[in-house]
Amino acid sequence: MLLKYVLRLGDNALVLGQRLSELLTQAPELEEELANANFALDYIGQARLFYSYAGELEGKERTEDDFGFLRDGNEFRNVLLVEQPNGHFGDAIVRQFLFESFYALQLEALTRCSAARVAEIAARAVKEIHYHLRHVSQWLVRLGDGTDESHSRMQQSLDDQWRFTGELFAGDEVDGAFEREWDGPRLAELEKIWNENVDAVLADATLTRPAAQWMDGGGRRGRHTEHFGYLIAEMQFLQRAYPGARW
Amino acid sequence: MPDENWPLYEVFIRSRSGLSHRHAGSVHAADDQMALDHARDAYTRRNEGVSIWVVRSSEIVASDPAESAAFFDPAADKIYRHPTFYEIPDGVENL
Repeated sequence: MLLKYVLRLGDNALVLGQRLSELLTQAPELEEELANANFALDYIGQARLFYSYAGELEGKERTEDDFGFLRDGNEFRNVLLVEQPNGHFGDAIVRQFLFESFYALQLEALTRCSAARVAEIAARAVKEIHYHLRHVSQWLVRLGDGTDESHSRMQQSLDDQWRFTGELFAGDEVDGAFEREWDGPRLAELEKIWNENVDAVLADATLTRPAAQWMDGGGRRGRHTEHFGYLIAEMQFLQRAYPGARW
Repeated sequence: MPDENWPLYEVFIRSRSGLSHRHAGSVHAADDQMALDHARDAYTRRNEGVSIWVVRSSEIVASDPAESAAFFDPAADKIYRHPTFYEIPDGVENL
């Protein structure tokens, strides 16, 4: 169970690291480019830590690279929100904001859990994510409370991606087991705080919170959206075509 | 696309063991908060600093190089202004 939980954390981080890497050369300004590159590296670093620990837990000598590059799409257990494509800059900002508002809370709770390695990794990661969240929240407010065009585009991004937010809090038996055995995060509490935080920033950004709707899910069971196949293909191509290739 | 919407800011960083903010470079940003973020991303990647100041470049008033002769040359030949003429008494350790 612990292994499954850790792999989910690693998968979220790796997929987001890949998505943020795709933003290289796409940012509106050079300094924003640096920021996104830093964020991508932060995520990849977290993925490495989680995967290393997963390899130790599993005991089959799988390395970080094995987890990242040699698993098939349906073995990845990330949530659907992180695999959504970058789209225009506003889409990426909305995705980051919705996920990182959650991830920051999850990491804070994990620093207090009793799985020592997870708590250590979380302690390191939470400082990085606090900065990410500050950065993307500011962008959300600037673009939401910006021109008519930026406002309408941001509202559209928000409406489009809202249906992936339910999955963040829809715990399953792995989450339940982690909560009981390792004093893990209580998703219902996180959801309350997430709602408050998100509502506050959306209000600042003069954006309307989308209506309650059907929520997509399945990432945790390895069932992904159509975007995931392309992401995995690009990410894993080199290792699959040249197995064992190294720099 | 640096233009009038993304003005230039000068960045000053104080390092962990330093006492004063030193000029580290410049960044473009749309407003003050973003300038801070950009300065943090561009100039503190390798743990260079603990404090950042950003100032809009247009706010900086600089001395005119054409007047540097009148500004700075007179101080060059007034050695009596330098604190090097004391006799430090014996027994005084720190002055």
